[in-house]
Amino acid sequence: MTYVPLTWIDLAAAAVLIVFNGALSWALRLGLERSIALASVRMVVQLGAVGFVLKFIFEQTSPLLTAAMALVMVAVAGHEVLARQETRIGGWMAYGIGTGTLFFVGLVATIYSMIVIIGPEPWYAPRYVLPILGMVLGNTLTGVSLVLNTITQTAKRERAAIEARLALGETRFGATSSVVVHGVKTGLMPILNAMAATGLVTLPGMMTGQILAGIDPVEAAKYQIMIMFVIAASTAFGVMLAAIGGAWLITDARHRLRVAALGLV
Amino acid sequence: MLRVEKLKVGDLPPLTFEVAASECLSVEGPSGSGKTRLLRAIADLDDAEGYVFLDGVERRELAAPEWRRRVRYFAAEPGWWAATARDHFPSDVDPARLDRLLDALGLGAGLLDQPIGQLSTGERLRMALVRGLIDEPRVLLLDEPTGALDAQSRALVDELIRFQLLAGRIVLLVSHNAAEIDRLAHQRLQLKALAPRPAVPEQPLRDGSAAR
Repeated sequence: MTYVPLTWIDLAAAAVLIVFNGALSWALRLGLERSIALASVRMVVQLGAVGFVLKFIFEQTSPLLTAAMALVMVAVAGHEVLARQETRIGGWMAYGIGTGTLFFVGLVATIYSMIVIIGPEPWYAPRYVLPILGMVLGNTLTGVSLVLNTITQTAKRERAAIEARLALGETRFGATSSVVVHGVKTGLMPILNAMAATGLVTLPGMMTGQILAGIDPVEAAKYQIMIMFVIAASTAFGVMLAAIGGAWLITDARHRLRVAALGLV
Repeated sequence: MLRVEKLKVGDLPPLTFEVAASECLSVEGPSGSGKTRLLRAIADLDDAEGYVFLDGVERRELAAPEWRRRVRYFAAEPGWWAATARDHFPSDVDPARLDRLLDALGLGAGLLDQPIGQLSTGERLRMALVRGLIDEPRVLLLDEPTGALDAQSRALVDELIRFQLLAGRIVLLVSHNAAEIDRLAHQRLQLKALAPRPAVPEQPLRDGSAAR
């Protein structure tokens, strides 16, 4: 088991590849040089900064600092959920549902992984907490965005059906049930597909990283299986919570479809 | 009795009126004057200032689903959410009652199990009436119940409305059919906006053939 550290010269050698792409774009007049340069610089600055921030946090092993970093991650993920909605409704309410779901799921999944599954010393060791939380948030965020977007878009299309059920005396949750079920199925599709295809098409990023870092592939696979279970369960849990939140968001306390908020009037 | 008090709908002045049991009120006005919005507000499907009482009970005193089981809105374009018409009825529906209603509106029982999309517009409109009447709401808010129907079906629907009135129901009717209104309505409500929208002044027609 060997791990080959990269030198600055190695990174420069990798950068040569993208510089070559830039030159190609200039030669063929594709006009992409600027975008390639900008994206490359952003990538280097962001990853570099994250590297130094994580290094700092890992050295401290402070529960407070770890929690602060975790909260920043949740807040950014919650913002991303909102950014992925075609119809923005209810301002803070939509943000609250997205972020609240991510916070709750992230908290439960990470603590369970730390205490029951991995068991690092101390249990809040940021080297374990933050990467696990990141993977849970990244996948749950996709599911939550999808389920909320599907629910609002389907509700707009199915307005007549939902209002027909409301008019017949169904509650807000009864009348939106078929919309919610459709949303949950859509929200779970990516993670279910990922679980079914993983390892055959591409090696998951984390497993690749561990193998490159010199870990035995079987050990890396065990870690990946654990992670897959945790993120699939978190996503499913998050999708269902967000679906209930979505049904609540598109209706009001008097069991009416919020047609104005959905942009239907 | 249904009592509407200072109900604020769209640009209309606050509306106050009463409709007694076995009475039909015709709600009239040009397109966009708020007829549909008034019916929706009474069913509490849209928020509106003011009060609606049914036999002395204001709508907010009841849970909204409970109110809508008594005060039923029938949309001009009914919505469907399941595969067949039968899937839209409660599973414990009284089959004899269902048959009677279908028969009264000239719908064959076979239509119940066809895909809902295969029913004609007129059949769907009448099927929605059957669905909305099966649990016997007290107030029927009918938004163009005969709009898409031929003369024969229209007569059946009118007959059913009359029967509902005889059974003590309260009916609010939006219709563009003057003869139907004459036959059914006991009262009329004309909706006029508070401040009329600035519009092109009406030109007197020079000859009767001019179409607008």
